[in-house]
Order: sequence, then C-alpha cells, then structure tokens
Amino acid sequence: MSPRSRESRLHVLSVLVENKAGVLARVAGLFSRRGFNISSLAVAPTDEGERFSRITIVVDVDAAPLEQVVHQLDKLVNVVEISELAPADAVQGELLLATVEAGPAERSQVIELVGVFGGEVVDVGTSQLTVMLAGRPDQLDSFERLLEGYRVAGLQRTGRVALPKLGASSPRLSQVG
Amino acid sequence: MELTGAQALIKSLEMEGVEVMFGLPGGAILPVYDPIIDSSIRHVLVRHEQGAGHMAEGYAMVTGRPGVAMVTSGPGATNIVTPLSNAYMDSTPLVVVSGQVSTASIGTDAFQECDITGVTMGITKHNWLVKDPADIPRVVAEAFHVATTGRPGPVLVDVPKDVANGRMEWYWPESVDLPGYRPVTVGDPEAVRRAAELIRAARRPVIYAGGGILKARAADVLRALADRTGIPVVTTLMARGAFPDSHPQCLGMPGMHGNYTAVTAMQRSDLLIALGTRFDDRVTGNVARFAPEAKVVHVDIDPAELGKVRRPDVGIAGDCRLVIEELLEALAATGQHARADGSAAGGEAGFGDLAPWWDQLHRWQEQFPLHYEPTEGPPIKPQMVIETLREQTGEDTIVVAGVGQHQMWASQYWRFEHPYTWVNSGGAGTMGFAVPAAVGAKVGRPDRTVWAIDGDGCFQMTAQELVTASAERIPVKIAILNNAYLGMVRQWQEMFYGERYSEVYLSPDLPDYVKWAEAMGCVGMRVESPDEVLPAIEKANSIDDRPVVVDFRTDAFEKVYPMVPAGASNDDIVVHPAHDGRAR
Ligand SMILES: Cc1ncc(C[n+]2csc(CCOP(=O)(O)OP(=O)(O)O)c2C)c(N)n1
Ligand SMILES: [Mg+2]
Repeated sequence: MSPRSRESRLHVLSVLVENKAGVLARVAGLFSRRGFNISSLAVAPTDEGERFSRITIVVDVDAAPLEQVVHQLDKLVNVVEISELAPADAVQGELLLATVEAGPAERSQVIELVGVFGGEVVDVGTSQLTVMLAGRPDQLDSFERLLEGYRVAGLQRTGRVALPKLGASSPRLSQVG
Repeated sequence: MELTGAQALIKSLEMEGVEVMFGLPGGAILPVYDPIIDSSIRHVLVRHEQGAGHMAEGYAMVTGRPGVAMVTSGPGATNIVTPLSNAYMDSTPLVVVSGQVSTASIGTDAFQECDITGVTMGITKHNWLVKDPADIPRVVAEAFHVATTGRPGPVLVDVPKDVANGRMEWYWPESVDLPGYRPVTVGDPEAVRRAAELIRAARRPVIYAGGGILKARAADVLRALADRTGIPVVTTLMARGAFPDSHPQCLGMPGMHGNYTAVTAMQRSDLLIALGTRFDDRVTGNVARFAPEAKVVHVDIDPAELGKVRRPDVGIAGDCRLVIEELLEALAATGQHARADGSAAGGEAGFGDLAPWWDQLHRWQEQFPLHYEPTEGPPIKPQMVIETLREQTGEDTIVVAGVGQHQMWASQYWRFEHPYTWVNSGGAGTMGFAVPAAVGAKVGRPDRTVWAIDGDGCFQMTAQELVTASAERIPVKIAILNNAYLGMVRQWQEMFYGERYSEVYLSPDLPDYVKWAEAMGCVGMRVESPDEVLPAIEKANSIDDRPVVVDFRTDAFEKVYPMVPAGASNDDIVVHPAHDGRAR
C-alpha cells in the first residue's frame, strides 16, 4: 500500500478513560475482536489525582467500520469521552529513540543528521550512538528513512499523542448520537 | 458498624432489594455463603452453575428485576459463562457474583484460579475485580446500576477470598459516580418530528417491534401507537407478547421462520418503524436485499445499534417508551386522529391511505397461513401439542422454550396476549436454556403457570435442574417434543445437505424420560398418540405440588415452515409444500 493511501486510512482516536485496572485491555479488546490492527497506542494519566488517562490510538481502518468501533468504545463504562482527530485538525507528536552503529568515521555524520532534525545524542559508546528525536510523525518517518544508510541496532518509537489544534473543532464522537 | 467483606456483600444485595439468588458454593466463595444463613434473601441451590445463570435470566425476563447468581472461582465461574453470553445477546439484566482466589495468589495458577474478568470481558456490560473490602458496597451499587439502566445486560463482580474475609466499615453509597456511563433516555425532538413526518407519508409502513419494547416496559404505548396509526406490527422472536397476537394489526413473527405475511410485509414495506430491535441476521436474511424500498426509522436505547446493520433515515437514540410517547405527541400535533378500526385504517387528513396495503396483507394472510397436516394416529404432530397446550392453559401462562424446531413452533403456534409471557434464548440460541429458565421464571412469578416447551436434545443438557425444582418445590411443567433428533440440525441436513444425516439421531427412548423425571422427584408421563395429548395436558395442569415432565413422541420428520434459508433473501422464502405454487 502506498504511504499516501495508508495515511488516509489512519485514524487518530483520543480516548479519555477512567484510570482503572483493565481499562486498556477493554479498549484494545474492542479493536482486536473486530480484527482491526492498532498501529500505535500511547497512554498516560491526564490529571494529578490520576483518576483519568488519555489513550491515543492510531488505527488503520476504513471510516465505516471505525464508526461502529467508536460507538462500541463509547459503551465501555470506563470510557469518558472519545474524539477523532482528523490529521488536519490535530497537533501530533511522537518520540523516537535509535541506537546507530557509528564508528569514528560515521559519528559526525549521524550527529549532524540528528542536529538537522532538532534531536539530540543521549548516549555514546565506542562504536554506537543512541539518539533521541521528538517531532511530528512525518518528521520521524523522514529521519527513519535517512537512517537506512546506516546500520541501526535498535529503534523504538512511542506511537503518537495528539490534541486538537486550537480553534479547530473535531467532532466529539462520543457525543454523536 | 464493622462488617466482613462477605457480610457487606450480602447486605449490599439486600439493599438492592434482592429477594432471591441462584447459586452453588465452593472454596473461594465460602465466606460469602456464611452470612446467607442469616439473610432475608432466598438462595436456590442449583445442580450446575449454568442452571443458576439461566434461572436468573428466566427470573429477570418475567419480573423485570435483575437476576442474581453466585458461583465459586475457576470451574464454578466458567460454568456460568454461557448464561452471561446468553444474557448479553438478549440484553437481560443479570448480576453474577463469583469467588476468586486471594489477591496474593492471583496470577500464580492457584487452585481453582481463573481470570474470569478477562474471560467475560466481551460478554458482560462491565465487570469488576474487587480488591478492597471497603469497595464492596460501591461496586455492588454500580453493578446493579449498570445491569439495569440503559440497554440492560449482565455484569460480573469477582470477589477474592481475602477481600470477603477482610473487614470494612459499613456504608451505603447515596449514588453512583461513573463519569463514562451516561445512558440516553429521551429522543431528539427534531428527529422525532421527522419520524412523524415519514410515518404520515408512508403507504406501506410496518412497525418492527423488538425485545427493547419489553425492556422499556413500552407494550402499552406500542399499542397506542398502533391504534392511532393503523400500522401493522410484527413482533420479533424476542418481542413475542409485546403486542397481542389477537390484535387485528398483529402480523406475528418475522424472520427465518417467521410467517409469510410478516416476512413479506417487511420486505415490501416503504417504511420500517424499528422499535427496540437490532436488524438481526435471522430477521433481515440477506441484508443487501432486505426491504429494498423501505425508509427506516430506528429507535434504540443503544446508539451503537443505529446504523450497525442498516443505515436509518431517522435514527433516534432513546428509551423506547419515552420516544414512542414523544412520537404520539408529534403525531397528535400534526392533526392525526385515532383510527378505531386498525384493520381498515386510512384516509384521515394528512395521512397516507393504508387501505390498499391492508388489502395486500390480508391476501397474503389468506394465501399463506401457518400450516401443518394433522394426523389421526401416531406420531403426534408437534404443532398440535402446542395448540392443545395453548387451549388448555390461561393466556397469562408463561411459556419457556429451548432452542431448535420446538422453539420455532412454540413461537409460531402459541398465541401471546400479554408481555412477559414468553421466555426464550434468542441471540445466542442456547440449548439447555428452557428447564432452568422455567424454574427461574416460576420463582419470579409463583402465581403463574409456567410451561416449558423443550426439545429432547435440549432437555438432556440441563435436565438436572429439575432436581433443584423438586427440592425447592418449584412446580414447573415441561413438555418435551421428543422427535428423537437434534431436529433443527436434521432439518438443515435434509434440506441443504442432500439428506445426509450426520450425528443428529438421539433415540426416542434412550434415556427413558419418564423414569428420569421420576428419579428427579417429578411426575413423568409419556404420550404416544394424538388422542392422549389432551388428557395428559389436563392431568399435568392439575398437578401443582411438584414438577411435571411429559414426553410427547412427535413426528421426527416434521419441518419448520416457512423458512428463509441462511444467507438467502427474504424474497426467497420457502413456504409449506402444501402452499407451493400459490400466487404470491
Ligand atoms: C449449546 C448448543 N449446542 C448446539 C446448538 C446447535 N443446535 C441448534 S438447534 C439444535 C437441535 C436441538 O435439538 P432438540 O433440543 O431436540 O430440538 P428440536 O430441534 O429437535 O426441536 C442444535 C444442536 C445450539 N443451538 N446450542
Ligand atoms: Mg429433538
């Protein structure tokens, strides 16, 4: 599948949940039960008291079946609110860590590349570098492609987090009858 | 006041108004069984936990109150998984309390440990694993609230043994605080207004009434809507009794084994008014070819049902009773008057003329009534047993069915006049439902006669609960339509697998149902020819101090008609061979 058509099938759901044991399994279960693949998922508490958490789910699916999953999600007792964030209406961010094989010859190239993307070197070994990069998911994609010229020993992305753009009105799906 | 978790649990159930619970004890739930001795709650000791679950369902379906069951951990809990799934499919309010191994042992494969909250996640409305005795009253209050409000359904509360043994300071929560749980109730007035407009304009409308009418206790307002509009009503398998079969506008049951007129009326309709129903595949047949010309007004308390199968022209999320009341007001506001004679309704100002539609419906009813060929001698026709039973018992009799041919004949040939007189397993189609559900129904409505119409296959799955019924003096009556086969499967093999019968023969007399009934403390009877049917039923009806089982030897080769083959369009409905070739 071309990157473009894949991106158009990607939907970002922002789900506010009560921070209760098992809530993640309940949410994830609704997707897996319908055979949908969660492409990334990020979760963390939203408030001091840790009563609520926000789960950001990126799922690769057509709009029609997604609507049904959203309705089913909304029925979960611990789910408080669901919004779908259309990419145009959302600010999205993601974190990437990568350990790159970089001997003395390549080290400065890698450091430069990371610098261009506004990332930083967080660990240095004799023949390896670990770099960290935060940014929009498409920036991370570009960086990952450029790393293809090097030997990458390990790479981990966090999955996206997202919030609505200021002034943009994403529908609160949980409020749609 | 300091209580143990176990005492708090029982006291919480009392606070919720629980009068009876069904269950069976074991290691992990032992602490909770102790305070039952001192409780006002009646506990019915079942012989298998599946029985406890179905009893609680039968109880809930006839009373409208949540059914309560209690089981131990591990196998006790897994034995009640089928009833939970059944109740989930049929939206029956159920609260199941399960024991669990002590919190410190969870995850260690301790004796009789099972992750029952994980197992039941997809078949409960919600479930809870209680980790602190102080949480018990709150969780019980939440559990009953979730089970009974919105779209009702089963919930499970898993209580580790150390939580039951632990101590807590008693309290009872004033209200529940569930920020993510807000069931809708009233419908959007603008949508209701648009629905009223569609109803006014329709020429071939059908009210498609589902089980939600019964959950919403909306049978009387459904009647008012039908009377006012003159529109025909079909009642799904889950809605039998929600609208009286004797009403001239009642077309009866649609679906795979629905009658020709109900099925075809929906198929030719220009407006389906779907009330508390979910366009189940057994009703729609091939969805792509279902009711192709119909606009759809869909009312359901569960917003997820709107558009799940068929996109409605007007979808209204709301409680059926409240929305129908709003609809009646909206119709009145547009100058619509009551139509006294539903069967010939039509013609009032601003309203579509339904007379041609009714002419068509009546022609179908004349051409394709339900039909079977009675016999003089053995074997007995199963439909004849049901007709005789119906004539011999009051119209407030509660009828419970298993799953199979007998269930379909019961739904077709009984005449339902009142809501909450029909108890069956619809969405899940759980064989073995009838005996325990009948016991639960009788516990809930001891004033009523409860007849289960069961299959020989089904009966063998849960018959042991008649021991419970005898021991607890719960006098249910069971009519086994003994065709010596897993009849419904046999019918499919005959019709769709070239009469290659694979693993469907059961034998008429192994087991000996009369001896088995007697061994379980019941009166047992065997009926082999049509002329014995009436006296046997009269005798069964005269017995009120113990359960009765009647083994009716019925025709093994009788088939359920009409039938829409699985996956076929409702247009391709197969009628009784005697009606083949009649003009459609
Ligand atoms: C627990 C379970 N297992 C299997 C089935 C599949 N099934 C549906 S109807 C049926 C036959 C039921 O036989 P019986 O109780 O004798 O009723 P009959 O159809 O003969 O009236 C079977 C096996 C089911 N619905 N439930
Ligand atoms: Mg049978």
